[in-house]
Amino acid sequence: MILQRTYRHDPEFRHGVVDMLGVAPGIAAWGLMTGVAMVKSGMSTVEALLMAAIVFAGSAQLASIPLILAGAPIWVILATALCVNLRFVVFSVHMRPYVMHLPLRDRLIAGYLTGDLTYVLFVKRFPQPGADASERTGQMAYLVGNGGINWLTWTTCSVLGVVLANAVPTQWGLGFAGILALLGMLCSLASTRLRWIAAMVAGTAAVAAFALPLKLNILTAIAAAVVVCLALEKAVQRQPKTRADAGH
Amino acid sequence: MDNFFSGETNAWTLLTIVALAGVSVLSRSAFFLSDKDWALPPWVQRGLQYAPIAALAAVIVPEIVMTQGVLIHTLRDARLYAAAAGVAYFFWRKGAGQVVLGTIVVGMSVYLPLHVGLGW
Repeated sequence: MILQRTYRHDPEFRHGVVDMLGVAPGIAAWGLMTGVAMVKSGMSTVEALLMAAIVFAGSAQLASIPLILAGAPIWVILATALCVNLRFVVFSVHMRPYVMHLPLRDRLIAGYLTGDLTYVLFVKRFPQPGADASERTGQMAYLVGNGGINWLTWTTCSVLGVVLANAVPTQWGLGFAGILALLGMLCSLASTRLRWIAAMVAGTAAVAAFALPLKLNILTAIAAAVVVCLALEKAVQRQPKTRADAGH
Repeated sequence: MDNFFSGETNAWTLLTIVALAGVSVLSRSAFFLSDKDWALPPWVQRGLQYAPIAALAAVIVPEIVMTQGVLIHTLRDARLYAAAAGVAYFFWRKGAGQVVLGTIVVGMSVYLPLHVGLGW
């Protein structure tokens, strides 16, 4: 079982918790404003509480709420959420070698806990999957600690947002703290020139393709950045002279 | 308690919400489901190292430079200065502990006065 004690006693568990606590205020403000938005858009309190407690996917929630309220067919709502979540499918390709030693049920829990920030922090700390059992245990301990804090922060604050919906001023734009949390993460990943280029290509493509339905601009932007950077890697390899300053 | 629980709850909506939680699990575990042995082609593995930063940029940039799906045409937007201040703080304090936390705090302390005070 993934929530077992051996993980909680592994030193990596603490690292995972501490890394996530640094961005938690951003997640908290964002979760709070998502909770408020659910109630203000017209969901009943019970519906909003259930969504805040279990869905754990901010952008998919915000995309599906208007469809739910408009009485759209359930398959349309689920397909929309899936499209908004397609970046997670890409993340799961990346995460697969890290989790395949676990039984299926634990892999599903690990997947549920791997939101955007946990994915980013996890692959930053562990560029390679664990080579032996103790490394793999450490990695999963980090994932559980990190994702657990993310889940707890997001869920608690979303529920709080539902409860306090009429007391929280929406015009202040507190949710922008969530964007700043992601921005800080982006800066911490920008360690090579090619990664800067990836960020610039993806940011530009996401704006240019914004009109695509179902937030498909996100997936388009990731694909564009990966393709451009792989092509540049190849070009750089052909010119060994400039290789050193391009990073890897 | 009657005051607290507002709105009419629909059983079908509750079912939809449970299914949405299922979508969260399945999308994030999509490639964990099959036990079959296979490895990613090396170029995909190399390409994936760009996925985290690309995903973040794709989510963030439209939230900073667009309003209602349209590129902003003004410099009177609190988000621009908040993001710039946050990034500047990050690279000033890079290497110190909890620098992302500082990015959030500095960014919001630029954002709130401009947004709430000046309406930018």
